[in-house]
Amino acid sequence: MSRILCQLRRIGLLAICALALLQASAHAQLTIEITGAGANRIPVAIAEFGGDPAASRILTSVIRGDLERSGLFKMIDTSGEAITETTPPNFADWKSRGADALAAGSIGLSPDGRQEARFRLYDVSRETVLGGSAFVTSKAMLRAAGHRIADVIYEKLTGEPGVFSTRIAYVVRVNATRYELHIADADGQNSQVALISKEPIISPSWSPDGDRLAYVSFENKKPVVYAHSLASGKRVVVANFKGSNSAPAWSPDGRRVAVVLSKEGGSQIFLVNADGTGAQRLTSSSAINTEPYFSPDGQFVYFTSDRGGSPQIYRVGIGGGDVERVSFEGSYNVSPRLSPDGKSMAFISRRDGGFRLSVMDLASRQVQVLTDSYKDESPTFAPNGRMILIATESGGRGVLSAVSTDGRIKQRLSISAGDVREPAWGPFNK
Amino acid sequence: MKQLVIPAAIALLLAACSSTPDADKAGGGAPVESRGPGVATVTTGGVDSQRLPPELTDPNNILSKRSVYFDYDNFEVKAEYRDLVASHAKFLTQNRQFRILIQGNTDQRGSREYNLALGQKRADAVKRMLALLGAQEEQLEAVSLGEEKPKNEGQNDAAWAQNRRADMLYNGEF
Repeated sequence: MSRILCQLRRIGLLAICALALLQASAHAQLTIEITGAGANRIPVAIAEFGGDPAASRILTSVIRGDLERSGLFKMIDTSGEAITETTPPNFADWKSRGADALAAGSIGLSPDGRQEARFRLYDVSRETVLGGSAFVTSKAMLRAAGHRIADVIYEKLTGEPGVFSTRIAYVVRVNATRYELHIADADGQNSQVALISKEPIISPSWSPDGDRLAYVSFENKKPVVYAHSLASGKRVVVANFKGSNSAPAWSPDGRRVAVVLSKEGGSQIFLVNADGTGAQRLTSSSAINTEPYFSPDGQFVYFTSDRGGSPQIYRVGIGGGDVERVSFEGSYNVSPRLSPDGKSMAFISRRDGGFRLSVMDLASRQVQVLTDSYKDESPTFAPNGRMILIATESGGRGVLSAVSTDGRIKQRLSISAGDVREPAWGPFNK
Repeated sequence: MKQLVIPAAIALLLAACSSTPDADKAGGGAPVESRGPGVATVTTGGVDSQRLPPELTDPNNILSKRSVYFDYDNFEVKAEYRDLVASHAKFLTQNRQFRILIQGNTDQRGSREYNLALGQKRADAVKRMLALLGAQEEQLEAVSLGEEKPKNEGQNDAAWAQNRRADMLYNGEF
């Protein structure tokens, strides 16, 4: 319940920025194309909401789109009258249409005069109420309210939290002298530009609280690591030592950032405080050590190293000590990213000449190759661990692709102008 | 380095009050292009270049040549580039006020960060040779641009060969 209250408060705050959002939406948007679906999709009916019909259409199309794109739901036709959350549903009718669940709601005024989206979710076969909630919104914030409602429906029906109201970061290379760091909703809409640079930007990494992004910028003709507060635009240099500074990854408590520095020769992993102080060297091999990523419990750093002759994934305790090899199959395994539950690891493996998204179950070391791509890069888990977003290539252009961890569902996100690359999926909303 | 930051509060206020997109261009052409909840746009500054002594830019002088090319998966300075590196080492030895930035590069295959580390090995190799031949540590910085700044954007062996490279830039050029 307290979570819903927090969400309410946040939506209320966001509503102030209504017009700003409209303006941002004039930017080039990512468009999504689904190329697969889960085997057993749950049939769900999202009825038109009561209240303003135009507002209802916006809201319900967001909810339906979110659920449908997840690949886990099948939308049942709901043509007909709007059904509000207070109307007793005709369960027999919905059963005959094939729906397992039904959402109904309305858009009206809250007691303090603000617009409010209310809804209720029903189990059609058991004829019971599964849940419901209300979100303060406004005309311009209907999409955000729709994502919130889709998150609730997703969680009630799958038992896992939804990620429709999370955000993603990615880099757009507009041309050779214009690079943009974008922040967008998880469905690719409402993209906003956090940074514009003449030089490349790579390796964005979200702070665990979602307020900051660390990244590597080449604006000084060399790689330098910054931490960028998204709301204020304030940037702090995390690492600008002599030589290269790259590959930032936040510790789960948000206090430290693992970075790769060449200041002592070669590429070595260091832990630094988020304000750039207190650099401590973690790796000591003379080989390449890069792409650090913390385990969710904060106890290990996974990384890529060529100490065995080819790039492979290793891990080391945050206090240093023994290094353990994690990947064995094949001659090129890079870019380790742990799932939020710490049980599996996404990485890029070269197979048959192509760089392919793969997932390893860490307990059994079993590897599953999830794509048949030529050029997958930069995997990033959704905060619920269900999907992995990667950069890949399609028609010679950089696009993003979201792949379910079982490989069944694939969504491609592309932008009409420019190359999209370097995705980073943000944490759950506070 | 200049950095233009419009505080989010002002940005939001402007956005909330403006009725046309033109109203956004207030503030002396500040390069803020979009404003929205929670994200303020920042534009990075550039680096100004300065004039260099003619010997470094005269096309007939070996010092105007700045690139060392590498073989695939290789990080050794090849024999054909030793004279070039030696000439720069000599210039640095005779002109202690000059500093050099060595930027290593790779082709575009594979992980960006891993390629950044590979490019560092190329820059380090050139740096080591310059140091052996008399340049001082304070005059040298080896960095990597990885696969991010290809000289040739083609996806073929010839293009990749041009991108497996380390470039030497003098202060004023970076």
